[in-house]
Amino acid sequence: MPGIVFQFRCVLGLLLIGTTLAAAGEIPMSERRSGYDTMSADTKAMQDDDTANPASLWVLEGETLWSSKAANGKSCADCHGDAAQSMKGVAARYPAFDAKLNKPIDLDQRINLCRAEHQNATPFAPESRDLLALSAFVARQSRGLPIVQADPKMQSAIEAGRALFEQRVGQLNLSCAQCHDDNWGKQLAGSMIPQAHPTGYPIYRLEWQSLGSLQRRLRNCLFGQRAELYARDAPEMIALEAFLMWRARGMPMDAPGVRP
Amino acid sequence: MDQNRRELLTGAGALAGGLLLVSMRSADATPASMRAAIRNVLGDVEIGKGKVSLDIAPLVENGNAVPMTVAVESPMTATNYVKAIHVFNEKNPQPNIISIHLGPRAGKASISTRIRLADSQRVVAIAQMSDGSVWSDEVNVIVTLAACVEGL
Amino acid sequence: MAKPLINVPAKAKRGDVIEIKTLISHVMETGFRHSNIGEFLPRDIITQFVCSYNGEEIFRAELFPAIAANPFITFHTVATESGTLTFEWTGDNGFSASGQANITVVD
Repeated sequence: MPGIVFQFRCVLGLLLIGTTLAAAGEIPMSERRSGYDTMSADTKAMQDDDTANPASLWVLEGETLWSSKAANGKSCADCHGDAAQSMKGVAARYPAFDAKLNKPIDLDQRINLCRAEHQNATPFAPESRDLLALSAFVARQSRGLPIVQADPKMQSAIEAGRALFEQRVGQLNLSCAQCHDDNWGKQLAGSMIPQAHPTGYPIYRLEWQSLGSLQRRLRNCLFGQRAELYARDAPEMIALEAFLMWRARGMPMDAPGVRP
Repeated sequence: MDQNRRELLTGAGALAGGLLLVSMRSADATPASMRAAIRNVLGDVEIGKGKVSLDIAPLVENGNAVPMTVAVESPMTATNYVKAIHVFNEKNPQPNIISIHLGPRAGKASISTRIRLADSQRVVAIAQMSDGSVWSDEVNVIVTLAACVEGL
Repeated sequence: MAKPLINVPAKAKRGDVIEIKTLISHVMETGFRHSNIGEFLPRDIITQFVCSYNGEEIFRAELFPAIAANPFITFHTVATESGTLTFEWTGDNGFSASGQANITVVD
């Protein structure tokens, strides 16, 4: 009987996650479009061809780092083996709840935790070339796989993220939802407003002329709203990442993507 | 390049850009400086229209990386081939974009790359043939800007 | 320095025109930008890219600041014989990178 109760709780948890109050402006599942879907043909072509996608340069560096021995003589490969197998689906289910820290963390944090705990190495600096390279390499292994955010332990982060998404902020008193739920598809100063699904991260953003993380992109959003930028790895950042991934659940990853 | 784009954003009264960043004018290219650059590279030659196909999307999402393909009709034999392809622009701070040197071994005179365009403008591709003739094509490109950009 | 990404067909028929694609990591700093605190950012670009096929130059490009960061260049050549294609990028501040790819040409 305990087994059935356990299963029931899990199913209930999943149902709760799945049906958590759909807000008035939320995009129906059938109308969801990724940033890839809404960008120009040229930019799509840049992403589609691995030999032309600038993000490939980071993926290749990440592949090298994967097998590089750290301070204690261990490489990622020593524990995780072939990334194509072991990292399959991993990026698609981050941010995830870390039991030891008792809080949700994103993939970059996970990589750095591994370095500290299992490789006796100093964590990579945020947005550093090495961290982005590993992040791109790991995310690449989830390409084509659906985004998953179904862990009940993530629910409070997702709810916190939703609240931030719907909150008006900044000098413009503007919320994320007003652009990305209510006005996606329309033009903002010559650019089409995407629905803001993080299916392609880390992305090569043409605007940055470089690869960057979702947190970097969120800081750009906050700057656009003339709001105070949350610090790197702030609880607000992780909550927003979690909510955005939950909002994009079921959509296939296309990392590392190219975006304008 | 950033300065021009910020000014455009401010002008459009858009959310992102202008207000917080110092706007500084750099020496921009003009149609005259493009003509001077062409003359500098090719000398005083007659430039015909045709044979060259400059392929750039008429509307680009971001001027930082604009895909461009230049193809030139030519049999590419030892006696009849494309010697060089030069691409110029009108409004970037500098008029030259790229100069390519080919030979009959190319088989096909077609190259692709990604360029930067600071503003909506004309882009001109010029091909020098082995027989001394010069041909060209031009495209008018509209460059739009990203919203919600990097701040401070 | 990151390894360039070079794409050459491993095998080709003699006389076929093949497409070569190259991608290399480089910031291509234009020399026209200022940082957000007003510091001038000096030019730092790749200025030349050369491809040689068994030692003979088959393609040369002069690059200017208008070439996008992480330069992507594709071009063509006739598959004449088996051998090695070498690629050289040179630029400001003594920048130098190279790569190579082998090709087998069959009749």
